[in-house]
Amino acid sequence: MNTVEFTVLVWVGAMVAGFLGALTGLGGGVVIVPLLVLALHVNIHYAMGASLVSVIATSSGAAAAYLKEGFSNIRVAMFLEMATTWGAIFGAFMVAKVSTPAIGVIFGAALLLSAYLSSRPRKRSAEAPVTGPVARLLRMEGSFPEGNGMRHYHVRRVPLGFSMMFVAGTLSGLLGIGSGAFKVLAMDQAMGIPFKVSTTTSNFMIGVTAAASAGVYLRHGYIEPGLAMPVMLGVLMGSFAGTRVLVSAQTNRLRLIFALVIVALGVEMIYNGLTGKL
Amino acid sequence: MTTEKKWGDEQLEVILAKILLSGVLTAAVVVLAGGIIYLVRHGESAPDYRVFRGESSVLNGIRGIVREVAAGRGRALIQLGLVLLIATPVARVALSLAGFVRERDKLYCIFTLIVLITLVLSLAGWRF
Repeated sequence: MNTVEFTVLVWVGAMVAGFLGALTGLGGGVVIVPLLVLALHVNIHYAMGASLVSVIATSSGAAAAYLKEGFSNIRVAMFLEMATTWGAIFGAFMVAKVSTPAIGVIFGAALLLSAYLSSRPRKRSAEAPVTGPVARLLRMEGSFPEGNGMRHYHVRRVPLGFSMMFVAGTLSGLLGIGSGAFKVLAMDQAMGIPFKVSTTTSNFMIGVTAAASAGVYLRHGYIEPGLAMPVMLGVLMGSFAGTRVLVSAQTNRLRLIFALVIVALGVEMIYNGLTGKL
Repeated sequence: MTTEKKWGDEQLEVILAKILLSGVLTAAVVVLAGGIIYLVRHGESAPDYRVFRGESSVLNGIRGIVREVAAGRGRALIQLGLVLLIATPVARVALSLAGFVRERDKLYCIFTLIVLITLVLSLAGWRF
């Protein structure tokens, strides 16, 4: 096929990924790399570059929406971004050092973990009952709109959260994904921040994290304009449409199906990595 | 001690949101324009993304990209759009810094500055 046909194919695939990702809240970026690598036989480095670009685009767009609603905790985000950006640069540099099959296996494992994390029920009991010493020093407490007023919340275990964020950043740089699920895990489970604040703050941080590894990606030539273009535009359009569609009752079933798709892709990535097909 | 949102905080968040959104949309328009030019020129040829050829996109830097855009290369216009896109979160961090400076929040000025420097160094091509 020629370039136009290929571009349209990628564009449509990216739209579907972005649409499902926005609709289910599971993130479309994470299926871009498997889609390109497994279905279209694109080299994994180019796929990761295109995926990273789409991650910056969607997260910035989503963060804009959430910022206006006042859910994100900018202080938490700013402090933790030190960890995520350093991790992202570290991860991006590791791409050249880690073998392609190994990246495939790690990617598959990350997919499986991501699907598992997203399917767990949200427990309000995970919220921090008191603010930890470091969090108090850093004035990280906040409040968010709930019902008719604002609900105040506490933050704790900042050092643990910081370390986990470094790992999340490394995954983002190593795989070209947003690793939002891991960021949420760190804030929600480790630091005890309410789920809604964790997810919106995570969205706020994903773009900055990805931008940090983008510099390394550009220098190593991972970002191919001809490929990044349809992916970025497709995912943007798809996720925009996804946020507009309100299918409340069927969203859970869709989430389950999408989670199963992610699991299937994860298994295939691991298999392809182990059998040397990457 | 409760840290309630100050009026300045909300203003800053609105500005940050506007920066993010306009940055993404501008970048998308530029990328789209570049994409159209690129496809018009190269649409007939077969794409080869199977093998990785490590050609650095920013060997020539911003000036090189602008020069190629002026020469009418769609691929370079896409690259310009991508640079704009990557610059959007960086601009957001810079604005967060301005916000913390205005609030005279020394601690968070330092944190934000560290993140900003990290981003700039990464994009400017510093090697460890």
